[in-house]
Amino acid sequence: MDRKSGGKYKSPRLAFSECDIFFSGSAEHSSFSNTGAIVDIIVCVKRVPDTAGATIEIADDARRIREDGLVFDMNDCDKYAVEEAVGLKKKYGGSVTAIALGTEDVEDILRMCFVTGCDEGIRLTDKAFQGSDAVTIARILHRLIQSMKFDLILTGAQATDDGYGQVGSALAELMGISHATLVIGIEILDGKARVHRELEGGMEEVVEIRLPAVLTIQTGINIPRYVSIRALMKVAQKEIKVLDLKGLGMREEEVGESGSNTSIERLFLPPLTKEMEILPSDPGEAATRVVKILKDKGGLV
Amino acid sequence: MGRIFVLIEHRKGAIRDITWEMLIKGRELALRSGGELTALLLGYQIRNLAEKLVQRADEVLVVEDEKLSNFNGEIYQRVLSKLISEYKPALTLIGHTSFGMELAGQLELPITTDCIDLCLENGALKAVRQMYTGKVNAEISFIGAPSYIVTVRPDVFPAEGQQTGRGEIKYLSLPIEEIKYKKFIEYIEPAVGEVDITRADILVSVGQGIGDKKNISMIAELSELMGGVLACSRPIVDKKWLPKERQVGLSGKTVKPKLYLAIGISGAFQHISQIKGGHIIAINKDPRAPIFGVADYGIVEDLFKIVPVLTSKLKEIKAG
Repeated sequence: MDRKSGGKYKSPRLAFSECDIFFSGSAEHSSFSNTGAIVDIIVCVKRVPDTAGATIEIADDARRIREDGLVFDMNDCDKYAVEEAVGLKKKYGGSVTAIALGTEDVEDILRMCFVTGCDEGIRLTDKAFQGSDAVTIARILHRLIQSMKFDLILTGAQATDDGYGQVGSALAELMGISHATLVIGIEILDGKARVHRELEGGMEEVVEIRLPAVLTIQTGINIPRYVSIRALMKVAQKEIKVLDLKGLGMREEEVGESGSNTSIERLFLPPLTKEMEILPSDPGEAATRVVKILKDKGGLV
Repeated sequence: MGRIFVLIEHRKGAIRDITWEMLIKGRELALRSGGELTALLLGYQIRNLAEKLVQRADEVLVVEDEKLSNFNGEIYQRVLSKLISEYKPALTLIGHTSFGMELAGQLELPITTDCIDLCLENGALKAVRQMYTGKVNAEISFIGAPSYIVTVRPDVFPAEGQQTGRGEIKYLSLPIEEIKYKKFIEYIEPAVGEVDITRADILVSVGQGIGDKKNISMIAELSELMGGVLACSRPIVDKKWLPKERQVGLSGKTVKPKLYLAIGISGAFQHISQIKGGHIIAINKDPRAPIFGVADYGIVEDLFKIVPVLTSKLKEIKAG
């Protein structure tokens, strides 16, 4: 069964019935043309604690980290995804809708999306969503997105909190559309996209993928713009649509921990793999030691 | 545990290291559980690769087809799905790589990704993976399913080990449908840059802690005084503060200097795993930064306090 079809994603039934025209050279069923491609984009974003520069402590139940004192922000890759979505809109025309799943606090990052240039924001909030794994999150997003019209879904390649890196591809599978991961370049062609994927060792892979499609965005694809507090204040009143479990027509057992196939048993701090010598933190003494190590290792001759 | 599948990763006619790493871990699990280790080799004109695998697996299942010539996640995923439903492995190991990430999430089986360890506890599979930028490890359990997918982080398990395979190669003929909605176009090799950080004995490497592009010159000066070459971590390249040729990491370069001075680098695994050998000195203000887990010497202090003093000290020495 070929569930992957050309043209704009309208509804599952419509999309499934369209014929396979992607590489046939005919564009008449496609919503694109070389001259006037319009892309409607959905971008899925996540609010995460900024842990790179913070000291992390594990909570008493050993299943989560202590969040008090942590600064929350939009997931790093997602910032690039939002910037890319807005860049594509600017280049080809169309619209960008941002979706975030989480508590009321995710409105912060949806407002960041507005500042960057997203047209609409949707927040998916329900207590029952807590503890969902990557596939379950994809299932919740799918429930919303299946009724929307779009050409592209962008999301970050991997989140800095749980880092499963699976929501994008699982979502594509549920939608019955194609996908590419670790994307570092996008060009919209006639009914398809030419994307560059990041491989190991500085290599890239170029693939062509029919639209609609899901692309998971890797950092470095662009330079996300700075979002100022002042700019955020200007969009503070902009409407954000809110949907909960019931609004999505889902049941509690489909989501959260009960809907997930994997579960976090416990968190622990990574064991040290190496015995490290701590050098003095006094700059003068530290510098003396570094110079000595440098000389010992054959430098400074 | 019954059969364990390992999806062989290869590119341009060469088997990639992650393959050997997964076969070592797969063998350990198979020995503990009395299971069987099966290597899955998909591709075109790959018979020579199958020969290389026979010593490491009990069985090598080969699916050879022109449509599998270049990696295409969509085709590979379909073939893999068919093999999983036919052979019903208890566990399928796939690399957490640009190759594996493209297809693992599409298999409609319980999955956990980027694992750094796997073990059996009372017959049940447990996985360990990292969260929160490598600052926390998590133990993951799977909930009631006959078959699981686990993607394995590269460079965690050794690639060398006992050759304990029975060495049977089985060529399968599967009908493979043409995929029209996703097409491989080409590979692009990394551009040759002005410097080659892979040859440097001393690397002075800068990370996100540097805060601003204008501060990079401070590290460049230090590097020159030390007789080293300036390198960096991924965020610096993402911000376009330094060119990609200077990036140490999985998507950049693998380096083996005698001395590696890491300045303001937190130490994401994709970065530290690509520093092979040599002594590492790390300067970072966060005592729990993962870089200290691999460093030989650590200075837990703000880099802006240490670097200027170190720089003037080196200038004094140079002035004689």
